[in-house]
Order: sequence, then C-alpha cells, then structure tokens
Amino acid sequence: MNNIPEVIRTIPLDYYLYFSAALFVIGVIGVLTRRNAIVIFMCVELMLNSVNLLLTAIASYRGDSSAQVFVFFIMAVAAAEVTVGLAIIVMTYRNIRSTDVQLLNYLKW
Amino acid sequence: MQEIVMPINNQGMALLCLLVPLLPLAGFIINGLGNRSIAKGLVSFIGSGTVLASFLITVYLFLDFTSNGSRAYTVDFYDWISVGTMQIGFSFLIDQLTLLMMLMVTGIGFLIHLYSAGYMSHDENFGKFFAFINLFMFSMLLLVMGSNYVMMFVGWEGVGLCSYLLIGFWNKNTNYNNAAKKAFVMNRIGDLGFLLAIFLIFITFGSVSFPQVFSEAAQYTGGIDSGVMIAITLLLFVGAMGKSAQIPLFTWLPDAMAGPTPVSALIHAATMVTAGIYMVLRSNVLYALAPTTMEIIAIVGVATALVAATIGLAQNDIKKVLAYSTVSQLGYMFLALGVMAFTSSIFHVLTHAFFKALLFLAAGSVIHAMSNEQDIRHMGGLRKYLPITFVTFLIGTLAISGIPPFAGFFSKDELLAHVWVHSKLLWGLGVLVSFMTSFYMFRLLFLTFFGTFRGTEAQKSHLHESPMSMTLPLIVLAILSTVGGFLGIPPIFGENMHVLQNYLAPIYQFASVANPAAVEPMHLDHSTEWLLMGISVAVALVAAGIAYVTYVSKNTVPAPEGTKLSPLHNLVYNKYYIDEIYDTVVVKPVMWMSATFHRVVDLLVVDGIVNGLGKLVTHFSRTLRHVQSGAIGFYLMVMVLSIVLIIFLNFFIG
Repeated sequence: MNNIPEVIRTIPLDYYLYFSAALFVIGVIGVLTRRNAIVIFMCVELMLNSVNLLLTAIASYRGDSSAQVFVFFIMAVAAAEVTVGLAIIVMTYRNIRSTDVQLLNYLKW
Repeated sequence: MQEIVMPINNQGMALLCLLVPLLPLAGFIINGLGNRSIAKGLVSFIGSGTVLASFLITVYLFLDFTSNGSRAYTVDFYDWISVGTMQIGFSFLIDQLTLLMMLMVTGIGFLIHLYSAGYMSHDENFGKFFAFINLFMFSMLLLVMGSNYVMMFVGWEGVGLCSYLLIGFWNKNTNYNNAAKKAFVMNRIGDLGFLLAIFLIFITFGSVSFPQVFSEAAQYTGGIDSGVMIAITLLLFVGAMGKSAQIPLFTWLPDAMAGPTPVSALIHAATMVTAGIYMVLRSNVLYALAPTTMEIIAIVGVATALVAATIGLAQNDIKKVLAYSTVSQLGYMFLALGVMAFTSSIFHVLTHAFFKALLFLAAGSVIHAMSNEQDIRHMGGLRKYLPITFVTFLIGTLAISGIPPFAGFFSKDELLAHVWVHSKLLWGLGVLVSFMTSFYMFRLLFLTFFGTFRGTEAQKSHLHESPMSMTLPLIVLAILSTVGGFLGIPPIFGENMHVLQNYLAPIYQFASVANPAAVEPMHLDHSTEWLLMGISVAVALVAAGIAYVTYVSKNTVPAPEGTKLSPLHNLVYNKYYIDEIYDTVVVKPVMWMSATFHRVVDLLVVDGIVNGLGKLVTHFSRTLRHVQSGAIGFYLMVMVLSIVLIIFLNFFIG
C-alpha cells in the first residue's frame, strides 16, 4: 500500500471526474462573476489544477506515466504565467489604485 | 518537278542573311538611344550607312543566289514558338521574290535615307527621325524575309507601327496626330483579317511556314474554289486592303501625307503599301485555288484605281495628288493580281517604287525650296529655279503616265494587256484610269514648274535648288525610272526578253500544280498587242495635251479655297465625302456607344457594384464595432460561451 498509483486507485475514477469537473466549473464561474483581478487569477489557477488532477488520476488508472509528465509541464508553465500575470496586476494597481477589472475599459471603440 | 526548299547549312551565309535586317535595327538602337547627344552628321552616317551595308549584302546574296542555280533556301535560326503541333521557327526564306523585294526595299531605302539627311537637316528631332526610319527598314525586311506567316505578321505590324510613328512625327500638330491614329486604326481592321487568315491557314494545313503550306496547297484535295480557300484568300485580302489602301480602307493614305516627305516616299509610296501585293503574290498558290476571290480583287482594284484617280484630278496639294495617285496605282496592281497577272503586278510594284519615290522626293525638294508650301496654286514657274528637280519630276511624270520608253510604260502596258485578255470592261476602266493619271500628273507638273510664280515675295527670294544629298537620289531614281522598264520587255520586241518573268517563274511552281489554268502564260497575237500599246500611249499623250492646253496655253489656275464649284467638281474636290460618310456611319456611332457605355455600364453598373460593396461594409462595421465595448467581463463571457459552443459542436456534429 505504499505505491501512489495504487493509493489513487482506491477511489473510483468516476469520483475524480466529478470532482475535477466541479473544480473547473467553480473556476469558470469565478472568472465570469468576480471583479477583482487577483481573484480571477486564482480561479484560472483553479481550472489549471482541476485539469492536473484529472490527468494524474487517469494516468494512474491506465498505468501510463506520460500524462504525469504533462502535469509537470503545466505546473512549470503556470509558474511562469503567474509571475507575468501578477506583475501586470501590480502595474495595473499602481496606475489606477485598484484591481477591479471593470475599471479597465479604456480600450474600446 | 517540284523543288523542295532546303535549309541552308552554310553558317557564313546564314549570318549574312541575318545581318540584312539586323544592321538597320542596330542603327535604330544607336540613333534612338543617342537621339540628341549624337552629332547630326554621325546620325545620318549611321542611319544611311547601315542601310547601305544591308543593300550591299543583299546584292551579294542576290549574286550568290543567281550564280548557284537560283535555288530557294531557308535560313533557320531557332525555334521561336513551339506549342503542341505548332512549330514556328525564326527563319528566313530566300527566294526570287524575297530577293527582289529586299533589293527594292534596301536600294530605294538607302536613297531615301540619303535624301532625308538633306531634307530633315533643319529638324530638331533629326536623330529620332533616323531611328524610326531605320526601325521601319528592319520591320520591312522582316516582313519580306520571314519564312512563315507569323514572321510576316510581325514585320507587318512593325511597319504599321513605324508608319504611325512617322506620320505623327511632328507630334506637336494635333491634325498630324489624328492622321497617324487614323492610319493605325484603319490598318488594325485589315490586320484582324490577316490574323484570322493565319488561324485558318494553320487549321487547314497544320502549319504556317511558307514551304510547307504551299506544298500542301499544291496537293489540296478540296478542289478549286472551295469555301475554305475563298475564306483564307479573302481574309488575307482584307489584310492587304488595310496595308495597301484599297476600298474601303484607303482614306488613311492621303491623310498619311502629314508625315515628312521622305516618309511619304519610302513608306507610303514605294515599300510598305506594296506589302499587300507582296503578300498576295507570296500566297499565289492559295489564290490560284480561289478564282472567285481573284474576281473580287480585280473589281476592288479597279474601283479603287478609278475613285482615287478621279479624286486626284481636283486636288491642289502637291502631296495629296501624289497620294491619290499612289492609291490609284495600287488599285492597278490589285487589278493585275485579280486577273492572275502576278508578274505584271510585281513589275508594276517595282517600276512604281522607282517613279513614285522619285515624284515624292522631287515634290519634297519643291516643298523644301518653297519653305513648306504645298499648295500648287501658289507655285508655278519653278522650272528656272529648280532645274534638276524639274527634269527628274518630268521623268517621273512621263514614267507614271506610261509614255515610252520610261518604266511605267512597260509595266502598265503589260498589266493592261493581261486585263484585256481577262475582261474587256475592266480594260476599258483601266484605260480610263490611265487617261486620268496622265492628266492629273501633267496638271501637277505644269502648275508647279510652268507659267509664272504665284507665291509670296519672301518665298520667291528663298527659292533654291536642293543640296547634293537630295538631288543625287533624285538623279539615281530618275535613271531607274527611265531604264527600269527594260526588265520586262514584251514579247513583241523579242521573245524571252522578259527578264523579270523568267526570273520569277519558279515562285509559281506550286500554283501551276494546284491550278494549272490559273498561271498559264497569256496568249495574245502581236497585232492586238500593238493596238493595245498604241491605245494606252495615245490616251496618255491626249491627256497630257489637254493638260498642256488648259494649264499652260490658257494659264488656268485652280480656283482658290471657298469658290463655288460645279456639283460634280465639288463632289470630287471633297473626295466623294467618304471621310464624312465614315464619320457618320462608323465614328459617330462608336463614339455614341462609348459615351453610353460610360454613362450606363461604367457609372451605374460597375461603379454601383464597387461603391455599393464599399458602403455595405462601412455600414456593417459601424454597427458591429459596438461589440468591442471594453468591458472585460463581457469578453470573458463571449469566450467561455464560444468554447462551450465549439465543444458541443465537436460532440454532436464532428
């Protein structure tokens, strides 16, 4: 019982699917409804991680490690993306003294 | 029986053949590029020198040809167009006819170049003139040397272009430009016929090269007067109509006199306008297969000769008279072709080239002396001031009127004898034309050189004989006009003395296979021939006499502009109002049509579609841009919905 894939397999795959889907939908709803840029950002991360979870679960069930390699890539890219994203938010805050995305509506017709 | 035309393998000869047209082209390039930076002396040296060199090479080729048994050969350079079964080579055909035309073109061309050096010496665009006229020599040589219809067509278009450029040479005058455009457009009508004929020839014989087409035609199985043959020959003749100024496409030639006089002499009298006759003659085997076309050609020819001669009677511009005379003489040549007197026709081309070039150059000398005055009503008595011009002009007049022993007598007499055998009516009309020709030419001579001077004092003080470079070509051409006729001595003066006939016989070999009846020699007993000869000489002399009585004894001068003329005189003086008729029937409707198309099709339909599309897009964008609201939440919403939609579509449709 010290093999991680075996630990993962103690819960049926269906549950992972429902859970990931739920996490993803929460992320989407958060992105659509919230106005604070940082919260939106966190919701995006939530969506990414729901996908990671799903990948790991399916990798364990199918005994194929390549999906887990994907997960590492996604994490690395997400880390890079977070730095850039946070930097943008910081700059936005310095300019308009707020992180409310509704205020960022200068670029229009 | 039939000689097969062989390609030549001798590299040296091939190079010489190539040099003949290439030298004038080199002259064109040098003079054209260095228009104003080359000294005038050098320009005329290059311009005339290259043509002289071409002439000398042609003489060498001619001597080589005759000394090697007069066997026709082709000179192949490279495959020019090669598409499917169509093989068109860049090659020359050297045979009796080609060499004759080459000698004529380069020989007379050189004399006229020499003349131009004097005549154009005061013109600021001296280099341009020589460049164009050299380009003309190149195109004309390509036309006569080409060994297939396509190369002939290239030369044909080339001479048309040069004619256009040179008619409108003094392009600051709008009338001259209009004359140039008129010549160009009328020639295009003819060229369309020529082009269609080439297509039809290719479809019928599967080739456009002369040796192949003619040997195929000699074995043509469709019989004489088949529809295809009549179509081909008629279309070719339409081409000839345009270039050689026959009814109904002749009105450009008199207008073409807007160009400098050497141009009128070279292009619009001696060489280019005879290209149509050359083309018919070259295709003699096709014409031998279509006697119906020949009848049409004869009728068109005689009608043109008659109409032009009557107009010529009443013109007062020295060059216009000569122009109508040219049209009339071209009509004669086509009349000869129409009665299958091929050799007589080319004989007349040759003698006409001598005496008409002479007349034009002499007229140019008169115009030069008169400070660009062309109206014969303001001339008179010039005999004393321009002795050389007078004598040469007199020889030219005697030659064109058909007075023995000058060149025109032999060719015209032979031509009319052939017409007599064919049809008495055509002969009668021909003699009538001959009468009028003699009358208007002597009228011109008497009004210009006899009587008293009728110009201004300023002109009178300026009168002078032209320089050496202008009189020398006149003298040479006068000698040629005098002795040129002896190339074709009729049988009554000695059997087998007709040098030209014997020389040209081989070019009819295919025609004699295809339709032996067409080319059999004329049979005419000697008494009839004497009679015909007597009549044509008598007619010419009577006309000259009438002209003498009217314009020298009675000293009549044509009425000045604006005088009321008798209806018939008025009709002829105004050239039968043909230009006005064409204007009403063709030009105005075309103009109206263009204006209507502009108003309806262009402004309403085309502009409507283009502008409408533009307006539609503008309007649509103006509405759609509101989508870009700047609200990030909205964008995100649209993005998510779109992704969901794509996934759904993937699941349920894809």
